[in-house]
Amino acid sequence: MTPILELRGITKQFPGILANDHIDLTLEQGEILALLGENGAGKTTLMNILYGLYQPDEGEIFVKGSKLEVHQPSDAIGAGIGMVHQHFMLVPVFTVAENVVLGQEMMRPAGFLNRAAASDRVRELSQAHGLQVEPEAFVKDLAVGVQQRVEILKLLYRQADILILDEPTAVLTPQESDELFKVMRSLVAAGKSIIFITHKLREVLVVADRITVLRRGAVVGTTTPAKANRSKLAEMMVGRQVRLEVDKAPPQPGEVVLEVRDLVAINDRRQVALDGVSLEVRQGEVLGVAGVQGNGQTELVEVVTGLRHPQSGSVFLVGQDVTGASPRRITELGAAHVPEDRQREGLVLPYSVADNLALQTYYRPPFAHGVVLQEGEIRKSAEARIGEFDIRTPSAATPAGSLSGGNQQKVIVAREFSRPIRLLVASQPTRGLDVGSIEYIHGRILEKRDAGTAVLLVSPELDEVLELSDRIAVMYRGRIVATVPADRVTKEQIGLLMAGVVPEGMEAQGVVHTVEATL
Amino acid sequence: MTKSKGKPKPKAGTGKPRAVPGPDAAHVLIQELTASPAEPSGPKRSWWRRAGRVVLVPALAVLSGLILGGVLIAVTSQDVWQAFRVSVLQGIGTAFVVVFRAYAALFAGAFGNPVQMVVALQSGDPLAVRRAFNPILESMVAATPYIFAGLSVALAFRGGLFNIGAEGQIFVGAITATYVGYALVGLPAILHLPLALAAGALGGALWGYIPGWLKARTGAHEVINTIMMNYIAFRLSDWLLTGPMMRPDSFNPVSPTIQVSAMLPRFFADPIRFHLGFFFALLVAYLVYWFLFRTTWGFNLRTAGSNPNAARYAGINTGRWIILTMSLAGALAGLAGTNEVLGVNHNLAMAFSSGYGFDSIALALLGRSHPLGVVLASLFFGTLRSGARRMQVVSGIPIDIISVIQAMILAFMAAPAIIRTIYRLRQPAEAEEEVLVRGWGG
Repeated sequence: MTPILELRGITKQFPGILANDHIDLTLEQGEILALLGENGAGKTTLMNILYGLYQPDEGEIFVKGSKLEVHQPSDAIGAGIGMVHQHFMLVPVFTVAENVVLGQEMMRPAGFLNRAAASDRVRELSQAHGLQVEPEAFVKDLAVGVQQRVEILKLLYRQADILILDEPTAVLTPQESDELFKVMRSLVAAGKSIIFITHKLREVLVVADRITVLRRGAVVGTTTPAKANRSKLAEMMVGRQVRLEVDKAPPQPGEVVLEVRDLVAINDRRQVALDGVSLEVRQGEVLGVAGVQGNGQTELVEVVTGLRHPQSGSVFLVGQDVTGASPRRITELGAAHVPEDRQREGLVLPYSVADNLALQTYYRPPFAHGVVLQEGEIRKSAEARIGEFDIRTPSAATPAGSLSGGNQQKVIVAREFSRPIRLLVASQPTRGLDVGSIEYIHGRILEKRDAGTAVLLVSPELDEVLELSDRIAVMYRGRIVATVPADRVTKEQIGLLMAGVVPEGMEAQGVVHTVEATL
Repeated sequence: MTKSKGKPKPKAGTGKPRAVPGPDAAHVLIQELTASPAEPSGPKRSWWRRAGRVVLVPALAVLSGLILGGVLIAVTSQDVWQAFRVSVLQGIGTAFVVVFRAYAALFAGAFGNPVQMVVALQSGDPLAVRRAFNPILESMVAATPYIFAGLSVALAFRGGLFNIGAEGQIFVGAITATYVGYALVGLPAILHLPLALAAGALGGALWGYIPGWLKARTGAHEVINTIMMNYIAFRLSDWLLTGPMMRPDSFNPVSPTIQVSAMLPRFFADPIRFHLGFFFALLVAYLVYWFLFRTTWGFNLRTAGSNPNAARYAGINTGRWIILTMSLAGALAGLAGTNEVLGVNHNLAMAFSSGYGFDSIALALLGRSHPLGVVLASLFFGTLRSGARRMQVVSGIPIDIISVIQAMILAFMAAPAIIRTIYRLRQPAEAEEEVLVRGWGG
């Protein structure tokens, strides 16, 4: 049988980097093909070529056996290829049906939108594939997982046979991910074919029929879940043996370093983002904050690090009241902060690596005498950090913006970890990094913990929180639903807590310290 | 539901996760305009190649401006049209002759006549020597206020702020300097001159402080407020010159002449106006350079300008630096006005500035917001301005053509893509990087 989609010898050269190197890929009718690879392996480039956003330097694309020229996304859509991007493209104030038909509206003769027909069609599609979406609902009222299904509906409405899902689980809770996998199964059962882009090993083993692994722009191999396991896949992705589990010594909690009491704060849109949050972090322990992104974690970190003023409540750092204190005072008391968005907050991209490494301490000796910057000292210290933290950069004078994401993150880690610190606030410390860098940064964080630093870790990656934390606080809608010891909780229980549900029996076990979920 | 959603971001990788109030459009513009191309400065690329790439676009912008100016001169010349009536070839020939004569006059007017210089030097007659060298000295006189005003806009750009208010700051600086210049009597020059300079800087600083404070405390946009402050400054000077500061024995709106002790000393006898202000401007340019790139203050300012979020994260009080940056920018522009009063005019008249403050935006862009670049750009603009007078006398081409050339240079600087397309330049490394980041983020 002819495969529904075949890529032959796709090559794309970017200046300095071969993004895709003669990639061959086949997608059979009615299967889920997982495209697995680290960040920077070329997955997105390949899919952007398929979708017409880039032109390949070499190679051909065949759909159902006939050659397809893709110059723009409309060519791909015309050939039945549809893509769900990582960031949804929906109009929040429109209904589901309106979003779905947008661009291919059903019209009444006089040129008016035929809403009823649109709703019927959307309901039909939704039922046929088990998507459970209400056509009349407004998108802004829907959960992220449901919004994603609206994106899928858009493709189905446009009669796409080949669905590309780009990192679809990045924004979902584990339960929502499982829901998505069910939907994917029912789609292939109905004859659709899916390319599922991810870097999460667990997911490909659960849902894929076949797995193609990319590394440095080339196909390393294709396998099936039956023949593979996590460590084998990781080895294919990275090209060497990877320790997936972190070995860590039992925690030695000491004095309370950070204490947060009844914090209330609003976000940039003037909505309540923190609604009475209390927690404490002790010396030598990692407190992980789990939760779906957007449930107040960002604001919690901002308040603790002095970047946001709380409405009420208090923050104590090493016994001192730092509620509403300046970021510099908090830094000088021994707090380090790995920010959520390295390019937005953590780095000044046009600045050199050396200047970025001095960003928190440039005004103090040895980097400054009085007001005069000591460039020699800054460069010397930077060169030492570059060696110690293995930052891959042509020189200390290279602008931080031209480093890869992993190396940019290493610059931040090197800067924050090189000071004597008592509290480490790490917000999504491995976001968008490859397996090798993740392994490295996790090791460094645990090193700090073992040296007696208190660590507040915030991450939407549940695996990361579970691996590193000694205790886990789960946030939902600006509250901490529960704080549980990491070794006495399952992933499923955390998943339920992330959705605001306290699993049965947890209270009885006595592992839940605070339950404030009023839903 | 607090997830950000529906963000139209077709390419994954660098997407911001939250709907945050990002830098506004003007801010982004400033960053694009002032960012030196970020180059991987490995050992392979020598410093002069990097310097060459930084200078390339401004140099080509100047060249293009001059070429287009030449086209304008040709098409507005009666001689050229008449020659075209005879034959196309003759028309083209005449066009070249006309443009060549115009530019020759322009540069002779700006730099002087080398033959005359040599003859004057050989004759040893001091008067002849001064006359021969006056054109180039006059160009430096014209460049001096440009240097101050250009530094003002450049410093604000470095701090992420768009100072459209240099013109108003020039007026206020000139007013305060004039007042101190004529009202204080009996001081020795060693005290009076610095006092008058300081007064001018303070006046300009006040005019920068107000929009800076408004921006830091209320978020009011500095572009709007500096424009408004310009109008206030113009009308303030009109009122002062027709009232409190009007020369008692005059019916014209002119201030009294300042005391000799407040004048910037001139190096030669009249009519050569070359004065100490030029060297003072160079000194200030060096100080601005040192401040921006060698001190922690400059680090604060540049960080707040390049990435305000990272600046806050690094413990920099960005609000305070907005106010300081605008005040410093105002002080520099104030010195431009002060220089004109204390060095050239010796009094304050209405509309004395003739747009230095607006030209300075072009200077800062042409000079890539670097003090050295600003000095070079100012020398160039000063040359154009002083040479244009002679061009008008010799070839009858109006001085305004210079404004057109300046405007075209500015347009080319603001849209470097045009220059890159015309001259088939490679995109800077920064842009390549962007493609990589976007397309490469797995």
